[in-house]
Amino acid sequence: MQDMLASSAAARPQLPKAPTGIDGLDEITEGGLPLGRPTLVCGSAGCGKTLMGVEFLVRGILNHDEPGVLMAFEETADELTANVTSLGFDLKALQAAGKLKLDHVHVDRSEIEETGEYDLEGLFIRLGYAIDSIGAKRVVLDTIEALFSGFPNQAVLRSEIRRLFRWLKDKGVTTVITAERGEGSLTRQGLEEYVSDCVILLDNRVIDQITTRRLRIVKYRGSTHGTNEYPYLITEDGISVVPVTSLKLAHEVSDEIVSSGVPALDAMFGRRGFFQGSSVLITGTAGTAKTTLAAAFAAEICRQGKRCIFFAFEESPRQLVRNMRSVGLDLAPYQEQGLLYIESSRPTLNGLEKHLVTLHKLVAEQKPAAVIIDPISNLITVGNTAEVSSMLTRLIDFLKVHNVTALFTSLISGRNVQQEMTEEGVSSLVDTWLSVRDLEGIGERNRGISILKSRGMSHSNQVREFIVTDEGIQLLEVVVGPAGIVTGAGRLTQQLQEETLALAARQEAERKDREIERRRRMLEATIDNLRTEFESVEEELRRINQEELLRQQAQLTNRQQIASSDGRPSAASPPLA
Amino acid sequence: MSSEQPGGLAPANPGEGASPAYVLLHLYIAGATPNSTRAVQNLKAICTQYLPGRHELLIIDIYQQPELASQQQIIASPTLVKLWPLPVRRLIGDLSDRHKVLVALGLTPPDSAPHD
Repeated sequence: MQDMLASSAAARPQLPKAPTGIDGLDEITEGGLPLGRPTLVCGSAGCGKTLMGVEFLVRGILNHDEPGVLMAFEETADELTANVTSLGFDLKALQAAGKLKLDHVHVDRSEIEETGEYDLEGLFIRLGYAIDSIGAKRVVLDTIEALFSGFPNQAVLRSEIRRLFRWLKDKGVTTVITAERGEGSLTRQGLEEYVSDCVILLDNRVIDQITTRRLRIVKYRGSTHGTNEYPYLITEDGISVVPVTSLKLAHEVSDEIVSSGVPALDAMFGRRGFFQGSSVLITGTAGTAKTTLAAAFAAEICRQGKRCIFFAFEESPRQLVRNMRSVGLDLAPYQEQGLLYIESSRPTLNGLEKHLVTLHKLVAEQKPAAVIIDPISNLITVGNTAEVSSMLTRLIDFLKVHNVTALFTSLISGRNVQQEMTEEGVSSLVDTWLSVRDLEGIGERNRGISILKSRGMSHSNQVREFIVTDEGIQLLEVVVGPAGIVTGAGRLTQQLQEETLALAARQEAERKDREIERRRRMLEATIDNLRTEFESVEEELRRINQEELLRQQAQLTNRQQIASSDGRPSAASPPLA
Repeated sequence: MSSEQPGGLAPANPGEGASPAYVLLHLYIAGATPNSTRAVQNLKAICTQYLPGRHELLIIDIYQQPELASQQQIIASPTLVKLWPLPVRRLIGDLSDRHKVLVALGLTPPDSAPHD
């Protein structure tokens, strides 16, 4: 994220800034607080003003080696130290190392009597001494308006506070001043916001019983800044500001393909799967195996030796593992190998922002290849639609920037099966959208899966029936009936009908074969007959010929005999021996 | 927290009553600013007039000893701290409101008028 900042800032010389080191704040201030100038942090009670100040100092010391002074008007040094210990800030050690100076300014009206003209030089000297003794670059004044309760002379105070701001600027220290929010104005005294170069407003809002903290940069002299309200959180590591949307749509894209974990489903996509780093949404009514599809995807990711984070908002990790085992998906080994991390929590446990930050943190820690959220529709219980939508936008952006494939499931209302709008309105954000639904026929429900969209690749237009078996999800072959694709019992009927027809056709063919054989045999018999007849005729003719020959011979013999007899006219006849 | 007073004359709370037997004062000033100079002059005059020989005054320049400003919780300048008799009182300003100063120090003003 800082690279993006650097690239945008490189164009023109920018106001020098002091990075706060606070998660996300540097992003929306485009680099940090104005260097060497005062910044006002204002907000009502419990917004984390003091914490922001302390974190600014501590991060400055740890990350940038800039010593800091904390002048506290409300809490003593010991109280402050104790309060931030839980966040991992060891103020005592920093003080001992000479990097931090805490000065508690005790203001008590009852002890103070005005007897003439005065100024606040004592405060200046204390502060100057603290700054000079450790070479501080950063100063936090928490909360300066406490002075107003101690000193009755407003005119003096106002001019002195003005002078203080001027003096701090001249000293070149980057200062954070905290102030309570006033009625109708940013601060109670209506003073600090005018003398500060940057004003950050913290807000603590309860809507529908859910608290959201929000941060807004009201002004920033000499610099552009994010103007939106940004949700922020006080986490166990300090303040975390979550920019509503990442700044640009300029993330790297991958041309790699990841399998959905269901081979037949992959086959419905032109590229045989999802793009790595894309976002996939599975919508469906209750009981349409959304979680099973998600788990199949998780198992596929883990099978390839990559990491996967599974946010289960409805089931505990054990329950999920048990349930998935029943459909032949054994997730337990992947959990043991540390490839699969199942994070289960009730959506209502945290505000939306907390969920988002948990996710950010887990993604940063685990560097997964895929993140699954099952289901996003449950988040609606902790925020209104607009908030959930904005949170999901941020989430999708975040995951895309990190090239993490995201798979969300979303429950859609069962009343209108054709409803292809998610309540969260994220359908336009996702790259791939699968719809699973009940194909309800007479007396049965079947599950159908179809691809509504798949950016960047062709996809099947069919609604494929699928069944959840002991061996996982199986897509059934497409059966086309007279009125389109049929499913369930209709599919069986259709198959039976087809089988019957096939049998009949086979029988018909066999019958024809037999007929031909018979004809052939008849023909052959006829041929035999004719041949026999011919032979008998031939024999007869031959016999007649023979007889004729014999008869002629006999005739000749007779004639010779006659010739050889005396004087007979038939002398030609050979004489008989 | 001893409530015993040296001489046992002055009550614990300031105001009308007998003058304390002994007063311990610390005056914190910031260099030679007009306010500081005036404060020193005013205080010295009061001490001479009302507390001859009964007071101990220490003038501290917080420019010279800035660490004391933090230790003693000095915010405004000049600040007069009355350490004795108890209770400790802090008077800020150049001490030109003499009536207020006297009341705070537990001294009886010369008359009921605010100041001369």
